[in-house]
Formats: sequence, C-alpha cells, structure tokens
Amino acid sequence: MSEMKQRAEHGRKKKAAFGPDVNLAEFSRQGGAWEYDPDYRRFSPEERSRLLTTGIELSDEDHAGTFLQADKTIVHCRAQQPGVEVLPITEAVRRYDWVADHLWRLVAVDADKYTASTELDLDNGYFIRALPGAKIEQPVESCLYLRTDRFAQHVHNLVVVEEGAELHLITGCATHPGVVSGLHIGVSEFYVRQGGQLTFTMVHNWGKQVHVRPRTGVLVEEGGHYISNYILLRPVKSVQMYPTVTLNGPDAVARMQSILIAHPGCELDVGGRVILKAPRTRAEVIARTITTGGTSIARGHLVGLVPEIKAHLECRGLILDPKGVIVAIPELEGRVAGVDMSHEAAVGKIAAEEVEYLMARGLDEDEAVSTIVRGFLKVKIEGLPPALEEEMERVIQETGKGL
Amino acid sequence: MLKIEDLWVTINGKEILKGIDLHIPPGEAHVLFGKNGSGKSSLLMAIMGFSQYTLRQGKIIFLGQDITNLPTYERARLGLGLAFQRPPTIRGVRTRDILAACAGKRPYQDLVEQYGFAPFLDREINYGFSGGEIKRTELLQLMVQNPKMMLLDEPESGVDMENLQVVGEIIGRLLQKDRRRQHREKSGLIITHTGFILDYINADRGYILGEGRLCCQGNPRELLHDIKSYGYEECAKCRR
Repeated sequence: MSEMKQRAEHGRKKKAAFGPDVNLAEFSRQGGAWEYDPDYRRFSPEERSRLLTTGIELSDEDHAGTFLQADKTIVHCRAQQPGVEVLPITEAVRRYDWVADHLWRLVAVDADKYTASTELDLDNGYFIRALPGAKIEQPVESCLYLRTDRFAQHVHNLVVVEEGAELHLITGCATHPGVVSGLHIGVSEFYVRQGGQLTFTMVHNWGKQVHVRPRTGVLVEEGGHYISNYILLRPVKSVQMYPTVTLNGPDAVARMQSILIAHPGCELDVGGRVILKAPRTRAEVIARTITTGGTSIARGHLVGLVPEIKAHLECRGLILDPKGVIVAIPELEGRVAGVDMSHEAAVGKIAAEEVEYLMARGLDEDEAVSTIVRGFLKVKIEGLPPALEEEMERVIQETGKGL
Repeated sequence: MLKIEDLWVTINGKEILKGIDLHIPPGEAHVLFGKNGSGKSSLLMAIMGFSQYTLRQGKIIFLGQDITNLPTYERARLGLGLAFQRPPTIRGVRTRDILAACAGKRPYQDLVEQYGFAPFLDREINYGFSGGEIKRTELLQLMVQNPKMMLLDEPESGVDMENLQVVGEIIGRLLQKDRRRQHREKSGLIITHTGFILDYINADRGYILGEGRLCCQGNPRELLHDIKSYGYEECAKCRR
C-alpha cells in the first residue's frame, strides 16, 4: 500500500474540524451508468434549465474547454482552444508523470474522513491546465453533477495555471432536479505559477438534503493572481469548507468573495484563509451572508508571516428571519511587525428606516427590501454567464418577498 | 393640495402631535418653524405615513383623497415627496439605483448633468457624503420623482454658503418659483431653523410648532423676525 493510501486509511474515520459530521455509510457509492455525451443530447429540458441556473450552459460554444462529470462518469470533456488542456484527473495522472506529485500537496490527504475517502475511493475529477503564457479569454466550464439520489460523489480536481498564463474557470455543482439527498466531496488543488492569473467562480445548486464538503488548497507564486467567487443561493442541507490560499511569492494577490443564502434547515460553515508568506503580497476575503432561517458561520483567517503585506477581511451578514443565525468569525494573525491587516464584521437585520426611505421614493415594501438585499449582495463578479446573472437577480427578488 | 384635520400622533405611546390643522393650497409654499423636539419632523413623517408614527386621531387629505391609512409608497406614487433631514446610508445601493426608482420610466440624465451629479451616480447612497452632498442628493431625487407636494425637512442645515445657493435654486425650481403665481401647480411644506431658505423662495405662509401644536401662524418673514427677537417661548404664548 502506498504511503498516501496508508495516511488516508489513518484518516478514514477522522471528523472534520468544523461543520456537522456526516455519516458516510448513509450514502450509496453506486452511481448511474451514464454514457459519454459529446453533444449534450442526453439532458432533459428540466436538467438543462437547472444547470443553466447554475452557470452551466451545456455548450462547447464560447468556452475554451468543457468538463462534465455525472456521479462517477465523465460524460463530456473537451478542450476547445490552443493553450488549454482539459482531462479527467485519472487520465491526466496516466498521461503526465508530474501530475501525481501535485496531488495532496495543498490539501492533506488525512485532513479528515472526506479527504481520506476521496483518496481511498476516487470517482474522478477534472484536470485543467493553461499552458505557459496562454491568455485564455473564454471561460472553461466544468460541472460536477449528482444525478442519482443518495449518491456520494468523490472527486479530486487539479488546476495548473502556468507561468504568465490566464484562465477563467466556472464550476457549477448541482443535483438533478429529482435528487433530494446526497453527498459531494470535492478536493481541489490549484497552482498559479509566476505571473499567472486564475479566476475561479464556483456556483452551487444542490438538493435540500445534500451535504457538501469541498476541500481546497491554492498556491500562488510570485506576481500571480487568484480570484475566487463562491455563490450559494439555493437550499442545501450542509456545506462546510475552508479553502486555504498560500501566497508564496512576492507581489502575489488573492481575492476571495462569497455570496451565501442560508435557507431554513441549512447549515453553512464557510470560510476563507489566506497565508501571506512573501513581501508585498495582498489578500482580501469578503463574505456576504443572508439567512432566511438557516444557520451560517462565516469564517475568515488571514495570516501575515512577513512584513510589507496587506490584507483585509470583511464579513457582513443580514438576518431576514428571526430563526436565522449568522456567526461571523474573523481572525487576523500577524506574526511579525510591519504587517497591515484589518477586518470588518457586521451582522444585523434590515433597518426599517432604510425600507421606508425607499418606500418614500415610491417602491412598495417587497421592492424596497429586494433593492436593499441586492445592494447587500453586490460584489463585483465579472464574466458570469447571463443565465446565472438572471438567476441571481431572480433569487434575490424572491428572497426579499414577504419579509 | 394638502389638508390636515385635527391630527394626533404618538410615537411608542408618547403624544407628539396634538391636534394639527393645516391647509396648503396648490402653488403655495408654507414654512414650519419650531425649536428642537417640537414635532416638526414628526409632522412630515406622519404625513408620509411612516410606521413609527401612530395616527391616533385625525385625517390627511391629499388632492381630495383621504390618504390617512395609505402605505407610504402609495402616498409617494400619488405625488407626495419627502427630502429627509438625515437620510439613511444604504450600503451597496447606488445613487443611480435610487434615482432609477424615483424616475420610473422618465429620463433623468439631463438633471444629473445639469446639477453636476454624474460623479455621484455610482457611489453608495449617502455613504461618505458631506452635508451639502446629502441635501443635493435628496433634492435631486425629488426632482426626478417629480412630486406635486414637497415636504422638505431642513434642506439648508449642514450646507455651506456655496451649496446653499444651489440648494435654494433647486427648491425654487421644485416649487415652480419661475412661474407666475397663478400658474404654479406644486406646493411645499418646508422646515427651517435659520430661515436662509426664505432668501430663495417666497414662502406664502409660516407656522410655529410648539409642543405638538401649531401655536402661531402668519407671514413667514415676520414670524422669523419675532422668533429672532423674542424667542420661541414668547411666540408660543402669542397664539395668533
């Protein structure tokens, strides 16, 4: 047994540091026998509609590459432009010797039972690489799809943005409209080489009883930029994630934004950690959370290890239902003098005077609340597909109704 | 335009307005004086229908319609407009969003250009605005909203002399002061402490509000002179 497998065996029963514990035995490892679908013909209109609102357009047009995994099966995988590689991770490991060496370097295999299970019983995952100097203007679209009820999906993803390259990746994770429960474990390791730029937008659209455990590590080298956007607007049972970005070279930059809505019954424990290890690195972690009755823990952790770094953390929460709970836990950890780190955290409900101010301009109460909610959730996210932007607008309108 | 009959208002059970009677005909601008805490802002808020202000008794008639029980937005849509003294900051909501809400389908870009407001459009409403900027924003919203009856809560407070002229000109325009008296259709009820605004608009009538009652009324400039000469306490005793 390899050393990695041995470590995974040790971690097989290890509970995660945060979030509700999930009994893995409650889920099936028997996914559907889906076939490769080069033209996306095997998707019903209702599946297409659901995936569209997750940012997945099911089209090779206007995309530099596409990847779609349903349960265990890769049903679509294609690189469309020079300078981009898109492969199933299992294929990438076979094709390139160096790929295996990049796995489990940024996320510990024995971090918890979710990472361990992924190593011990892998389904697949994506490998996406932007070759040195390649400026990939169109996004690569990837989709991790749960098509079978009660299925536990284990994926391991690797993204490498080589020196001076630029890549925009949109990942939509969703369940089939008929799927209620399930488990998604997604281990992701991203390498942004010197001067590279990775924009990673992840949209979740799960069933009401689905548990989600992403495990993400990111390494950014000198002058590299990592921008991540995480959007969760629809009900889910639980999400626990705490991606860690290490800024390893001078002038590296990380910006992490998340927009979360905790619906009744949801348990969200979502954080972002940035370790600033080199001079003149900069980081910004921004969380906007709304609860309509669920619980949301918004964590943020900035670690400054050298002077001349600048980092800011912002957690803002809006409680729209008396049963909702938002906990903001910002942490600043400066290890030397000369770091510039700050945080801003605020949790509250919509002020009546704000609603009435807008009503005095002729908006009815629903319109006024929607305007305030929309403003609250407004963070700059560029390059979203129009269908996803419309979905965000629609959900925000719905969220504001009847409050 | 606006008629208020025997209006009694409480906030959290405390009586704030005690039997206000007021009549503002079309085309007229009336001003409201009164010391701090006398109930001036409460009167404007109650006219606008804000939830904190409980109407215990009385009626508000606007354009012949009883609006006493209408929600705020319906009053606004009928043609009541309020410029707040201290408007709230709403994070993430841009000035542009509010102007769009005020405008409905009417174009408003010309007004923005005319009053040099383009740089403010993408700023969050009232966030980090100076006193003068807040007042100008409030008045610009009213211009875009184009109400028939303006309620202006201390439009000149916190405004420097340079901005005061701009504010005065905008209010004059809102109240159609450029037209001959018989052709004016818009009305206003304006709260002022300093009376500076009287230099820019020819107000038709003034009132002094004391302890929740309209205790004196008459020519606005004369009232201001009396307040300056004798103070609010003496004016309250006068009851003319």
